[in-house]
Amino acid sequence: MINMIEVRNLTKRFGRFTAVDDLSFTVGAGEAVALWGANGAGKTTAVRCLLNLFPFEGEILVDGLDARRAGKAVRRLIGFVPQELSFHDDMTVAETLIFYARLKKVPDGFDFQPLLEQVRLVPHVHKRVGQLSGGLKQRLALAAALLSDPPILVLDEPTASLDIRSREEFLVLLRSLKSEGKTMIFSSHHLEEVTALADRVLLLEGGRLVVDAPPDQLERRLGWETTLHIYLPETVIDPAVEHLEGLGMPVSRNGRGLRVHVAPGAKGKVIRVLHEAGIEVDDFSIE
Amino acid sequence: MDFENVLTLIQKELRDAFRNRWFLLYAIAFAGLSLALAWFSVSGAGSYGVAGVGRTTAGLINLILLIVPLMGLTLGALSLAGEREKGTLIYLLAQPISSGELLLGKFVGLALALTAALLIGFGLTGVMMVVAGGGGDFGIFATLMVLSVLLAIVSLSLGFLISAAVKKAATAVGLALFLWLILVYFGDLGLMGTAVVMKLKAWQLLALALINPLQVFKIAAVFDLRNNLEVLGPAGIYAFRTYGTTLWPLLVGLLLTWVIVPFALATQVFRKRGVI
Repeated sequence: MINMIEVRNLTKRFGRFTAVDDLSFTVGAGEAVALWGANGAGKTTAVRCLLNLFPFEGEILVDGLDARRAGKAVRRLIGFVPQELSFHDDMTVAETLIFYARLKKVPDGFDFQPLLEQVRLVPHVHKRVGQLSGGLKQRLALAAALLSDPPILVLDEPTASLDIRSREEFLVLLRSLKSEGKTMIFSSHHLEEVTALADRVLLLEGGRLVVDAPPDQLERRLGWETTLHIYLPETVIDPAVEHLEGLGMPVSRNGRGLRVHVAPGAKGKVIRVLHEAGIEVDDFSIE
Repeated sequence: MDFENVLTLIQKELRDAFRNRWFLLYAIAFAGLSLALAWFSVSGAGSYGVAGVGRTTAGLINLILLIVPLMGLTLGALSLAGEREKGTLIYLLAQPISSGELLLGKFVGLALALTAALLIGFGLTGVMMVVAGGGGDFGIFATLMVLSVLLAIVSLSLGFLISAAVKKAATAVGLALFLWLILVYFGDLGLMGTAVVMKLKAWQLLALALINPLQVFKIAAVFDLRNNLEVLGPAGIYAFRTYGTTLWPLLVGLLLTWVIVPFALATQVFRKRGVI
C-alpha cells in the first residue's frame, strides 16, 4: 500500500507544555486511521500540524510533499472538517460553498447539485449558516471539504457536537466516502465511532502514541477482552469449538454452549464465522 | 502570492464590512457629522461659496482627527482577533491559501470598505456645499479627502498589528481604544505639555509631532488648507521654512510609512503566533 501520509517524530510544544510528543505513523492510500484518546491527548494538535497550521518539530509528508515547505499544495490534497463549526454565520450555504470553492480553485461552472445531494443539503441551500442545526453545519463542513474532490479527508472530532441520530447519519456518509477510496484520518474519543470507521487506531495518551492496532485487536492489546457466551444445540458444540480454534480464537466449552474471548469490536465476527460454517446459534450473551 | 485568492478574500471582506454594525455605525456617524458640520459652517459664514468650503474643511479636520482613527483602529483590531476567537481563522487557513494572502486580502478589503465609507461622507458633504454655495475651491476639499483615506488606512494598519498579536476580540478593541486615546491626546495636550516642561526647540517639537501619524495628517491638512503652517506655532513655522514645498512628499511619505511598517510587523507577528 502506498503511504499517503507519513508523520515522523512529530513534536509540538506550547511553551513548556508538550502537546504532541515524538509521534510517528503512516496512513496508506484508501486507509481510514483514527486518532483516539481522551481530551488533551494531542489529537487536535496532531491534526492541525498535518495542515501546517502552526510550527512543529519533526517531519510530515503528504503524498510525498513536505507539509512545512509546501503547505498550500498539501492543503490542496486535504479536505478538512473541523471540530468547531467555524463558518461565517451571516453567509448562506450557497455563498459559503462558492467562497470555499474559489479558494480551492474549483473550476467555474462546477455543478454543486450532486455534492449537495450527497450530503443532503439541497433543501437548506439558501439558508444562512447561523440558521443551521449542528448536524447540518457538519454536513456543510463535509461538503466544503469535498469541493475539490481531494484524495484525503482530515476530520477533527467530526461528530463531537452532534446528537446520536445526527452522528449515525454522519457516520453513514463517512463510510460511503471510505468505500469510494478516500484516505481518512480522523480524531475521536468515541470508541464506537472508531471501531465503526477505522482500519487502524492510534491511541494517544499525553501526546504519545501508545497503541497502533486494528480496531478488533485494540481492546485485546489494551487488555480489554470481552467474553461472549454462545448457546448452541448439543450436537454442534464440538464442531463449533474446533472451527473457532482453527481461526485462532480463544474458546472453551461452557454448559450448553461455548465461551469465546473476543475484542468488543469483533463479537459479530464469531457469530458470522459460525453461520458461514453452517452452525446456527440459538442465543448469546456478553460478559 | 496567488492574487486570485487575495481577490476572493477582498470581496468577502468588503461584504462582511458592509454587514458589520460597527462599520455601519461609523459610516453613518461620519456622514451625519460631516453634513452637520458643513451646514453650520456654511450658515455661520454668513455667505456661501469659497468661505463655506474653507470653513467646512477646517472643521472637518478636527472631526476626522477624532473619528477616522477610531474607525480604522477598531475595525483593524476586530479583523484577525475576531476571526481567531470565532474559530473561522483556523478554518480559513486550513484551505489552500497562505497566511500572506489571507492578511493582504483582509487588509485591502477593509481598506476599501473604509475608503467607501469616507467617500460617501465626503461625497454627501460636497454635494451639500455645491447645492448651498454653488462653488469654491474644491481642490482643498478633495485633498483632505485623500489625506483622510490615508489616515484611515494608517489606523487600520495599526489596528491590524494589535489584532495579529492578541487572541480575544475584546482585548484587541480595548488596546485599540487605548492607542486611539494616546494618539489623540498625545497630539495636542501631550505635545504642549512636553514642550513647556522640557523646553523643547522648534525642530524637536516638530520631530516629536511627526512620530504621531495623527499629527502628520493634521500638518498636511492645515498645509493643504492655508498653504503655510503659521497656525501650528513655532514647530509649524520651522517646518514650513525648513522644508517648504518638499513638506508634501515628506508628510505623505510618513503616512505611507505608517501604513507599511505596522502591516509588515503584523505579518511577522501573525506568522510567529500562528492561528490560535
